[in-house]
Amino acid sequence: MRFIDWLDERLAIRQLIKVMMTEYYVPKNINFLWSFGVLIVLMLVILIISGVFLLMYYKPDANLAFDSVNKTIMMDVAYGWIFRHVHAVGASIMFLLLYVHMARGIYYGSFKPPRELVWLTGYVLFVLMSATAFTGYLLPWGQMSYWAAQTITTLFEKIPFIGPDLVIWIRGHFIVEDPTLTRFFALHVVFLPLLLIIVTAVHLYAVRIVGSNNEDGEPIPKEEKKKKGIPFWPVFMSKEFFVMAVFLTFFFFLVFFHYEFAMDPINFIPADKLQTPPHIYPEWYFLAYYEVLRGFFFSQNLGLIAFVLSMFIAMFLPWLDRSPIVSGKHRPLFQIAFWIFVFDFVFLTILGKLPPTGLYAWLGLIGSIIFFAFFFSLPIISRIERKQLENGGKK
Amino acid sequence: MEKEERMQENNENMSRRDFLLYTMGAWATVGVGYALYAMYKTWEPLPEVMAQATVEFDLSTVKPGELKVISWRGKPVFILHKTEDMNECPNRTVAGHYTVVIGVCTHLGCIPNWEADKKIWHCPCHGGEYDACGVNIFGPPPRPLDIPPFKLKGNVIVLGEEGPEYKKMISG
Ligand code: HEM
Ligand code: FES
Repeated sequence: MRFIDWLDERLAIRQLIKVMMTEYYVPKNINFLWSFGVLIVLMLVILIISGVFLLMYYKPDANLAFDSVNKTIMMDVAYGWIFRHVHAVGASIMFLLLYVHMARGIYYGSFKPPRELVWLTGYVLFVLMSATAFTGYLLPWGQMSYWAAQTITTLFEKIPFIGPDLVIWIRGHFIVEDPTLTRFFALHVVFLPLLLIIVTAVHLYAVRIVGSNNEDGEPIPKEEKKKKGIPFWPVFMSKEFFVMAVFLTFFFFLVFFHYEFAMDPINFIPADKLQTPPHIYPEWYFLAYYEVLRGFFFSQNLGLIAFVLSMFIAMFLPWLDRSPIVSGKHRPLFQIAFWIFVFDFVFLTILGKLPPTGLYAWLGLIGSIIFFAFFFSLPIISRIERKQLENGGKK
Repeated sequence: MEKEERMQENNENMSRRDFLLYTMGAWATVGVGYALYAMYKTWEPLPEVMAQATVEFDLSTVKPGELKVISWRGKPVFILHKTEDMNECPNRTVAGHYTVVIGVCTHLGCIPNWEADKKIWHCPCHGGEYDACGVNIFGPPPRPLDIPPFKLKGNVIVLGEEGPEYKKMISG
């Protein structure tokens, strides 16, 4: 008896492989943007492996953390620096991949029925990943780590009534201190990655049940799957391996030659609770939201509400954009809004790093308003398109 | 007849099962509730943190025009000996000459730097500014720097205890 038959009798492994791989048909009319999902899984694996190796020398203690990273891992452990650079560059590139993956979903309407749960689980993954990056960033206990954690936790202080007590509870201290480091450590290395893995599994399962969307947003009934698609394994993956190879070349080029973009020089100064560095800013992937926070410069509360809203509003896309036309490829009006939004996001990211004074403050406000305008224009655009469709044929 | 009996029996079974289900559900809710509460409690500051009680400091060691920074509950406290050319603020001045404030920006918690030439605190994070009394004069900070609870014993200030001078300051 072959081993696979032995397994099949006990785990129904053939059925599983069919559902997840060989009989999951990926539509033919897709482009390279559909390869990012698998790249994200690859990136998650790289982060987990590099993270485990960092963990072997990292010491979660306010007195030891900085040296354990910057001395032990970087200088003493053989090849330790590779693992650190892979982990830090990996976290950064992860967000690049996530943003492209999400923008793809927005453009081609992949969040629309029946894929709402694919979108929602994906969005949860984005939030979890952000939390993972935020908690991980504190671990090296450098100046940037410290002050990022200090300012972001202070945001919770602004919540009415419970705020001031809540911050102390989150930090386990009046300021960011050793208890904050150890709890962030626990979240970063165990709890959040565990949730990430579980939600990733649900996300992938959900895609297989409803099927991949495609460039034209064309629904593909069961009977036509074979004709209009290719099996995920081995056909889709054989192409994906090529994309992975190109991506990894790019990734390791960054790791070896341009890692500095993910390693802020200020973070090589140990955390100093009494001295805020002269200029602090988040990692690039949070700059756009940070700029929304600062954008409403005339009112702190408005800024905070906008900040929270900006991070979660995209989650509600399935209910904001209800246009019967699925794919942006066939929606000229939506395309305009979409591209303005993409440029605005880049614009906010750039502004986020500039000082928030004078002209920049006003540009930040305008950029923030455009950010929200995109989401609020969607119900209107949907309506116009529905009308056009009803008056059909006239085009 | 038989059928009806059986149905009745069934009904009885159902209600017995329901009863068990509800009791178990209630019991489980209590258990989960306590578990969550215990988890919540583990995140509270440890007794040793809460006990970082009071700090004493001799104000007379700060020369006119000088700023000293001491640490209280892990936070910096600015002690500035004001001079004539700095603005007046009787109800924010301690012992006649001193500005005593928690050196944590009321915007997002960065530590403002004293700029002796301009006689202001400038926050590096988002450009907030405070005058020599610790009152916000520019930028995003929503309110003046907080005054820590204090008590005076002659020249010595005790941080962390509410003395009559502090209460008077806060109330008016
Ligand atoms: C899954 C997504 C993950 C993301 C987005 C992420 C992100 C980060 C970031 C941004 C840092 C700071 C990097 C630096 O400045 O060097 C960091 C540090 C760290 N991470 Fe992760 N991480 C992830 C997963 C993991 C996992 C699964 C583990 C362990 C099993 C782990 C262990 C560590 C350790 C020990 C550090 C501190 C060492 C250092 O700063 O280089 N990470 N992580
Ligand atoms: S934290 Fe000081 S101005 Fe924002």
